[in-house]
Amino acid sequence: MTPDDFMTVAAARALRDGVTLFVGIGLPSTAANLARRTHAPNMVLIYESGCIGSKPSTLPLSIGDGELAVTADSVVSVPEIFNYWLQPGRIEVGFLGAAQIDRYANINTTVIGGDYDKPKVRLPGAGGAPEIASLCGEVIVIVRQNARTFREKVDFVTSVGYGSGPGSREKLGLPGRGPIKVITDLGVLEPDPETCELTMTQLHEGVDIEQAREATGWELKVADELATTDPPSDEELAALRDLLDTQKAAAA
Amino acid sequence: MAELLSLQEAVASVVHDGDSVAFEGFTHLIPFAAAHEVMRQRRRDLTVIRLTPDVIFDQLIGAGCVRKLVFSWGGNPGVGSLHRFRDAVENDWPAPLELEEHSHAGMANRFAAGASNLPFAVLRGYTGTDLPERTPSIKPIECPFTGEKLTAVSALNPDVGVIHAQRADREGNVQLWGIVGVQKETVLASTRSLVTVEEIVDELEPLPGAIVLPHWTVTCVAVAPRGAHPSYAQGYYDRDNEAYRAWDPIARDREKFQQWLDEEIYGEAGRSPAGYARQDAESSNQNAGLEAPRR
Repeated sequence: MTPDDFMTVAAARALRDGVTLFVGIGLPSTAANLARRTHAPNMVLIYESGCIGSKPSTLPLSIGDGELAVTADSVVSVPEIFNYWLQPGRIEVGFLGAAQIDRYANINTTVIGGDYDKPKVRLPGAGGAPEIASLCGEVIVIVRQNARTFREKVDFVTSVGYGSGPGSREKLGLPGRGPIKVITDLGVLEPDPETCELTMTQLHEGVDIEQAREATGWELKVADELATTDPPSDEELAALRDLLDTQKAAAA
Repeated sequence: MAELLSLQEAVASVVHDGDSVAFEGFTHLIPFAAAHEVMRQRRRDLTVIRLTPDVIFDQLIGAGCVRKLVFSWGGNPGVGSLHRFRDAVENDWPAPLELEEHSHAGMANRFAAGASNLPFAVLRGYTGTDLPERTPSIKPIECPFTGEKLTAVSALNPDVGVIHAQRADREGNVQLWGIVGVQKETVLASTRSLVTVEEIVDELEPLPGAIVLPHWTVTCVAVAPRGAHPSYAQGYYDRDNEAYRAWDPIARDREKFQQWLDEEIYGEAGRSPAGYARQDAESSNQNAGLEAPRR
């Protein structure tokens, strides 16, 4: 069992059955599809390619694989998925990854190092994320925790979490509640209800808090009562292996 | 009235040096064959426009066709970086690349505004991000009725819109279905348009959910079987995920990329009409749903 297994299973568990979910590709898509195969069979998966209610039998590699379209309840155009579905707040949960994240859960997926015109690393950019982060009812972030990713300040704000702290989202007029959980390979962070600062509230079994502190580029706040993630059950692990196998089989 | 031309004639006729060219298709129906012909004809100084640059723009950028990129997400979906794109931004190779960067919601709305002959679109987007500071085509705007603060993005009206569709009839009416992205908006927003198709049929049978672009909205149509490979054409062939993975080591290395360009685009392989698709011509279509009615 790897730290990534813990992360994926913990993220899947955070999704309740029946929820409408805007899914990014990669870790979020794996966790969402795992949830649909275990405790949340009625979850509605929505992809930015315009697929609403996809029920893929294989784990897609892209957000526009044919499998997502042929198993969808409805396929709409890209202007429509953003304007009619995401923008009015119809989608309850947005599920995002990150290349950098700060203590207020602001996310960078644009550039690292140097300046914008001549960055050290050019990342893919925004995609659907800025509007998913601002307009979904709430947001869950799934990201591996290390000091390169968890930064005191992100190099570029691609998607807003809690801005510069309490009141920022309201001042900016962002309708969604913002990130409610950041799920990592070490545990779970949640925003402090008063300061909005990400606080370690849960560690996966076998992880100690020093590890989490070292993997965080700021002085990490820790909850008074730190929970421990139940290890993935045999059923969850089997479903995850099965899901990952479907992608390999589809590629073969 | 759409003209039916060969792909070579069509590209020569509508895509010129210095043009702004949108190549749309959101993961599905990406017009690879048309882009390869643009590379073969050595077009230069293009402004290329796409929500997701994908491998198709990695190739155009590496080949030196591009001066400026207008986009919203530049990765190889599910695989990682676009290395030719990164090499251009990070190291100016083979030439400096100017960027105009947006989100998907912004780009989709810019095409919709262009198709509607409006100067801009309004959306709830970008607020609090660093994008407006970098991108002059994003500005705040106040609602004239309520005073609410919203975001405006300028319309996109490319010189040329290039898309791939499943089929057209002999008059040049075009039919596409499955994930339809922003292709309709792209054709309607552009001054000229080129549509490549899997096949020409005598009659377009109506399909639920399909888009039809009437022939009088399209400049020219060219047949390019497997012209979206390694992306896919619903009802014809599946996405070649393996080819997307195989692109990564080619694109990482300038020499390997140059070799790919010489062999697959400029060389004999590229000259045969189906050359770009021959690797997997025998691979079968596994998608059960939304099949094209075949005759």
